[in-house]
Amino acid sequence: MVDTMPKSGTMTDVVLRAKECDIYYGSYKAVRDVSIDIPKNKITAFIGPSGCGKSTVLRCFNRLNDLIESFSLKGKMTYHGQDLYAPDVDPVEVRRRIGMVFQKPNPFPKTIYDNIAYGPRISGYKGDMDELVETSLRRAVLWDEVKDKLQESGFSLSGGQQQRLCIARTIAVQPEVVLMDEPCAALDPISTLKIEDLMKELVQNYTIIIVTHNMQQATRVADYTAFYNAQVVEGAGGKVGYLAEYGDTEKIFSDPEQESTRDYVTGRFG
Amino acid sequence: MTVDASSSPPSERNRTPFEKGLDRFFEGTTMGFALFILLLLVAIGLLILVQAWPAIQRFGVSFLWTSSWNPVEGREVFGVLPMIYGTLVSSAIALLLAVPLGLGTALFLSENFIPLKIRTVLVFMVELLAAIPSVVYGLWGIFVLIPALKWFLGLFGVTFAGPSMLAASLVLAIMILPIITAISRDSLAALPPELRQGSYGLGATRWGTIFRVLIPAAISGIVGGVMLALGRAMGETMAVTMLIGNSNTINPSLLAPSNTISSLLANQFAEAKGIQVASLMYAAFVLVILTLIVNILADWIVRKLKAKY
Repeated sequence: MVDTMPKSGTMTDVVLRAKECDIYYGSYKAVRDVSIDIPKNKITAFIGPSGCGKSTVLRCFNRLNDLIESFSLKGKMTYHGQDLYAPDVDPVEVRRRIGMVFQKPNPFPKTIYDNIAYGPRISGYKGDMDELVETSLRRAVLWDEVKDKLQESGFSLSGGQQQRLCIARTIAVQPEVVLMDEPCAALDPISTLKIEDLMKELVQNYTIIIVTHNMQQATRVADYTAFYNAQVVEGAGGKVGYLAEYGDTEKIFSDPEQESTRDYVTGRFG
Repeated sequence: MTVDASSSPPSERNRTPFEKGLDRFFEGTTMGFALFILLLLVAIGLLILVQAWPAIQRFGVSFLWTSSWNPVEGREVFGVLPMIYGTLVSSAIALLLAVPLGLGTALFLSENFIPLKIRTVLVFMVELLAAIPSVVYGLWGIFVLIPALKWFLGLFGVTFAGPSMLAASLVLAIMILPIITAISRDSLAALPPELRQGSYGLGATRWGTIFRVLIPAAISGIVGGVMLALGRAMGETMAVTMLIGNSNTINPSLLAPSNTISSLLANQFAEAKGIQVASLMYAAFVLVILTLIVNILADWIVRKLKAKY
């Protein structure tokens, strides 16, 4: 059993909470018994070897796993105490409050302007769209690079710019939480640093969870780090992911409690 | 360090003459095949043109906008306007019916509204529609569709003779449906899943995602499919000949018999001689040009839409 609170005295409000969550694809159990609290206005990193379920858990927080037909969840996930999987909860509303940035930059085949305006338009934004587009792009530190070509395709940008466009697109909907699933995996080191700086900016207004394979990245940006591990089990699939340790990033990387955490963060496996 | 094959410069590696010859042979053969296709196309076009030449000389461009088709010897006059009208109108109606139906089917089959197993069966059945021979469609039209239309229109007190533009267009719509459905479904299914997730991740509904992201992203493929279907509809012969009534007149009523270029050719080639053969060839040439225009237009639209994104 792992403590749900990160090992730290100064825990603020809890935004997202998973309690004893098991995640299944059909009869195959992908993740077992995850309990974790995500604090407000902090960056929480999910690290761990491939197949340990960190992305799966992340996607559960904004119900993106609903798109997979065989997916099912046991246990409880709450957002400000409200059950995310209660029958009267509209997943569309959940995703407006909990946005997502993906591993591969995925701009829509639209102009840069329309990429940003898409989210606000579908949620019925009534204010000044030009202003919102500019604010969002400025927040994503992309405005200066694209202000003269807002009517060009989103694909005309470089990979790093596309990813910042996707972040701008996500924050244009003004969510409370931004989930990032390996946002820098497809980017060069300079773009990666830009995104990391951006995350540190954004965390003043947003709660961020980032899945990353890059441990240096976790130490650079995250306030808290959760280490997931995979365990070999009998039956199909062969592996089940679980939350091994959760705490202050500094502690996880310098003085973890578990042997497996130490082995992973020092690069001995994974 | 010893000198071996891997450290010598690449220019020194000798391929055997046989290997080189094989490469050249392969290149030559494929080029020959490609040229053969080109030659075939040019030959067909030229031969039609040559055979049509007497009619082109005699009737000139007015062939395109005169409406009489009189093969009686000594008083021959030929004009192909009613058939151009029939070809374009029947194809347009078929498209009008088949595009929404086909695109709707494609969307239904590319989304997860129903379990994958049922979807696979449905996709197969749509493709089966394309495998039905056109003469079977014609027969079905005569013995099933026309009686059904007669009964239905009879409810409103409309008398319906049977063979007509309407009957032909309806069957054409069914015939081109699988083309539109299959190609649209393929281009929707080929979209990267990140696009859909990106849209859902922003709090879009399924409908918002379909109409604002997926269809715009797949539009060039969808339009390509529609244009291919249009080409098919314009050239379709057997089923249309059996259902359209083969009347060389322009009648605005869809219930009246009409004619298309391809069914004109199918109906008249057997008894034609002299200038009538040339006129049929001229009509064939017009049809080839019409389909060519459609193809070029399709290419242009697809390119235009692609460039936008």
